[in-house]
Amino acid sequence: MKYISEYRTPELVEKYLHELQKTVTRPWAIMEICGGQTHSLVKNGLLNLLPKEIQMIHGPGCPVCVTPLNLIDKAVYLAEEKGVILCSFGDMIRVPGSKRSLLEAKAAGADVRILYSPLEAVKIAQQNPDREVVFFAVGFETTAPANALSVLHAQRLGLKNYSILASHVLVPPAIDAVMTDDDVRIQGVLAAGHVCTIMGIGEYYELAEKHEIPIVVTGFEPADLLQGILMTVRQLEEGKAKLENQYSRVVKPEGNPEARKVIEQVFEVADREWRGIGTIPNSGWEVREELAAFDANRKFSVNIAKAPECADCIAGLVLKGIKKPYECSQFGKKCTPENPLGAPMVSSEGACAAYYHFAGVEVS
Amino acid sequence: MCLAIPGKIQSVDYQYGGAVRMAKILFGGITKEASLDMVPHANVGDYVLVHVGVAISVVDEEEAKRTFQYLEEIGEIDELVEASQIDRQDL
Repeated sequence: MKYISEYRTPELVEKYLHELQKTVTRPWAIMEICGGQTHSLVKNGLLNLLPKEIQMIHGPGCPVCVTPLNLIDKAVYLAEEKGVILCSFGDMIRVPGSKRSLLEAKAAGADVRILYSPLEAVKIAQQNPDREVVFFAVGFETTAPANALSVLHAQRLGLKNYSILASHVLVPPAIDAVMTDDDVRIQGVLAAGHVCTIMGIGEYYELAEKHEIPIVVTGFEPADLLQGILMTVRQLEEGKAKLENQYSRVVKPEGNPEARKVIEQVFEVADREWRGIGTIPNSGWEVREELAAFDANRKFSVNIAKAPECADCIAGLVLKGIKKPYECSQFGKKCTPENPLGAPMVSSEGACAAYYHFAGVEVS
Repeated sequence: MCLAIPGKIQSVDYQYGGAVRMAKILFGGITKEASLDMVPHANVGDYVLVHVGVAISVVDEEEAKRTFQYLEEIGEIDELVEASQIDRQDL
């Protein structure tokens, strides 16, 4: 077992599709929360293979997409005006700010570095004791342990020149907000497998009960997704609204206690603005006050005026699953991955980028 | 962003003055380094799920088979349900 290729075989995928055909009797709208799942559904052509009764609605699970414009402007400012070494993940570097992206700042001479892991940023801080190093720490619960660990490593090493610009969002409050939105019609939810790997599944029982919807914690490979959809559809057809765990090879009910301990040490829950959606109470993590020295927001106290969003971009509606990417007037025209108007066209997890690259949608 | 990939632990060593447990992990043909802080019981030979340089879970071999067995399981359950309904009709 390598735990990847086995879940991609055409035979297994066909069996699941056949069972889905047999099971479904009427239309159902199911939201996959995570952008990674959206990407896998589109890239593997599963949206075209599903029974026509099943409509997949793409959720807000792309941390890069929901990072506020103002925070990107702050990162650009730190890189350009404060002379810091600004590090982040590749996707974040390419999202346009109100004036420019971090990648454009880099092209103009700022020291912006694309990293695979925040732990690498700590090494850069160690190697450059006379420079400030800021890691633009974007992510959902999945990424929080790594970002938190980087702060604890820096603290352990006694580094004074390392801090993070945290843009951390939490999935359960977002599911709650999307389910409460009157314009959103969702009957079942695939919860994000890797988020639950860290946090466990406890919070989702309450959501399933409150909104009377089936929630299935689901993985990312084609067979995982189809099994998750089948489990959801079986519940819907039987009138059930339970929490189930499809991704049990990785997700333990209690999550990862070590990871949660590390998160707890570094972060505390706070209200958070989601780009395109608005502020959701208690939906994010900020660096704890006692670790203020490692919080770029407090360390540099940058105040930048809020810039308006691009008027043509419907990213907010796409993130809430109300519109599909190709329903945007600018999709594939003024907005492309090379020249994006909004974040969902940039990130590999953004619904717009997934449709642009893989869905073969005709742009008329 | 939440992309995490399973790989096999090849070797374990300690960094940052012995405080941090790191591993060399094999993904297909590529070896990369990752922190084992979140999976203290993981050892050489285990498959771990790695996200941005940090192993976040040990893959459970038994549970991993469930996706292959699920369709048979629900087939059996459905048969049982149908059988019990037939029994009830007989009464």
